[in-house]
Amino acid sequence: MAKKITIEPVTRVEGHGKVTIHLDDGGRVSQARFHVVEFRGFERFVQGRPYWEIPVLVQRLCGICPVSHHLAGAKAMDIIVGAQPEKLSPTAEKIRRLMHYGQMLQSHALHFFHLASPDLLFGFDADPTVRNIIGVAKTHKETAVKGVLLRKFGQEIIRATAGKKIHGTGAIPGGVNKSLTPEERDFFLKSPAPHNIDTMIDWAQEAVQLFKKLHRENKDVLDNFAHFPSNHLSLVRRDGALDFYHGRLRAVDAEGRKILNDVDYQDYLKYIGEEVRNYSYMKFPYLKKLGKEKGWYRVGPLARLNTCDFIPSPRAQKEFEEYKAYTEGKPNNMTLHSHWARLIETLHAAEVIKELLNDKDIIGDNLVTRGRKKHEGVGLIEAPRGTLFHHYQINDDDQVTMANLIVSTTNNNQAYNEAVRLVAEEYLSEKPEITEGMLNRVEVAIRAYDPCLSCATHAVGRMPLEIELYDSLGRLVDRKRK
Amino acid sequence: MPEPIKFIIDGKECTAEPGQTIYEAAKANGVYIPVLCHFEGLKPVGSCRICSVRVNGRWMAACTQPVAPGMVVENHTTEVEEYRRALIEMLFVEGNHFCPACEKSGNCELQALAYRYQIMVPGFPYLFPKKDIEAFPKFLLEHNRCVQCRRCIRAIQTPDGKKIFDMKNRSGRVRINVDRKLAAKLSEEEAQKAMDICPVGAILKKEVGFRIPIGKRKYDKKPIGSEIEESK
Repeated sequence: MAKKITIEPVTRVEGHGKVTIHLDDGGRVSQARFHVVEFRGFERFVQGRPYWEIPVLVQRLCGICPVSHHLAGAKAMDIIVGAQPEKLSPTAEKIRRLMHYGQMLQSHALHFFHLASPDLLFGFDADPTVRNIIGVAKTHKETAVKGVLLRKFGQEIIRATAGKKIHGTGAIPGGVNKSLTPEERDFFLKSPAPHNIDTMIDWAQEAVQLFKKLHRENKDVLDNFAHFPSNHLSLVRRDGALDFYHGRLRAVDAEGRKILNDVDYQDYLKYIGEEVRNYSYMKFPYLKKLGKEKGWYRVGPLARLNTCDFIPSPRAQKEFEEYKAYTEGKPNNMTLHSHWARLIETLHAAEVIKELLNDKDIIGDNLVTRGRKKHEGVGLIEAPRGTLFHHYQINDDDQVTMANLIVSTTNNNQAYNEAVRLVAEEYLSEKPEITEGMLNRVEVAIRAYDPCLSCATHAVGRMPLEIELYDSLGRLVDRKRK
Repeated sequence: MPEPIKFIIDGKECTAEPGQTIYEAAKANGVYIPVLCHFEGLKPVGSCRICSVRVNGRWMAACTQPVAPGMVVENHTTEVEEYRRALIEMLFVEGNHFCPACEKSGNCELQALAYRYQIMVPGFPYLFPKKDIEAFPKFLLEHNRCVQCRRCIRAIQTPDGKKIFDMKNRSGRVRINVDRKLAAKLSEEEAQKAMDICPVGAILKKEVGFRIPIGKRKYDKKPIGSEIEESK
């Protein structure tokens, strides 16, 4: 008898989503889909708002990485006020960069330690009452404390640069509204351990070692779980280096061949299309060059380390070399290696924060630049979860008339569906009984991408997970709840 | 020199100069009476009623009522404060005030009053009125946030006394109306003055939003009124 399995909500991700899996008469997976069931409407209700309000308004999309939206909006507004990236004052550029790398540190720490580590430390089949951050805090206290403090450090960097840990106002069109005082800078550089940047770099390095240890112990699972080929997309610096704040768009295929060769993102519409499907509020972006069927791609840590040529900080570069050597220099398509890539990025973010803190420009006072005004601007940034697109048009009265946002999670839409299908086929097909552990595997595949489904809400810990089984006529035959 | 007038606020003996309003005299005596439509240097109109006090048992607007000898004023009493609180809540529900993205946040008197009165959520249902935003060469007029305090009408005029801002319509449809020709002639300084005199984020001088960082805004450090209370 055909069945339909629904996992709703998907837990330990940001926002609300569900998964439906259809089983045919033989118990084989006939269809598996990831649905995003929230609707936000930001693109519509920013219309009419003054353009300088955008960086502060759109960051309300998210409470986890608002800095990404804040900066992508500000970068688009820079174009509108005629302050192209190369025209920003060194102080403005570096303060924004510091804010963003602080965010990468806090968001990546949040994801690995609070959301993903329970699966990796306890196993996918562990008791769900233990398999959560509280369980980690009880049994791996030191790891949990370091995770919390790493995140806190990143949040403090954001507060110093944006005014508040969440939803600050630091970036304004053409620059920033504050730089650091020498006291603020010294707090991060010279506070007694563990509250200084040197400790954070060491802890970030330890986190990479922790993943590598888990990898050695669970190589089979971490290498083969939801392993599928795909294209990868991200910004890269002009010289091919990993860069979270600014760069050119590069896309590579599963073999590493370039699809987009470092193009200017102001022309993103030439390269990226968006498809709408009737079962999700989230759109499906694709590379126009390859078409809707084959043009889907992944973004985020895995994609970034597949597109960039090197990492411009010594300790992260060393880890990157080891990471690349594992796939013999080819793109890494192993979904759970996203955690490895994310932790290398965490280390890089910490190293860059130290470099910026030691740069005298961050205490400068040349904050805002203006130039020839335009009616349209595009701002891209590498958010923790991947490439984030903000595109706006304004009228002569300085009011926004059009907004198009492609958030990181949207870019990964097809990848979620692909991962869910693969995991469902492997672990659920033709099984006599569906266990909680099996369903958790589906969630693990989604969680690896650290999706931010609403870009606003955050669910952690034990949420009601309801699974319903339907027969081929749509009648409810069984229901399980955890 | 005329004799100072003696009067009482909340049991405290105070003195006033002849001609001073209750608000002015209270301020001089280190007693804060909240105001919204009133602004130092402008002729008071008593329209918002936030400064309401009980004088010898009768409700009066402190910003317009001159002090008289022997007045007994109730200011910081439960009844008066509850009354004011309700007025502030009504202002919130009859407009569309979304503080998180408003550039006046931190400098907004309505928001500061809400913080002072610890209004977490209004006790009245939101009306969500349909209001718009009007553009002028130097500024935007955000009707969603306007509380019809008339400060702009009184403060911003041409050198020959012509009004640039005025009211139109009546009752629930009342709104600020702008003379487009005169508004087009406003200088940058006058536009900035209009923005500064507005107690909320209704008048927005173009392209200057969010220039003041969090921590440096007027009400970031201390609640509204504390400068008066600390003066004595």
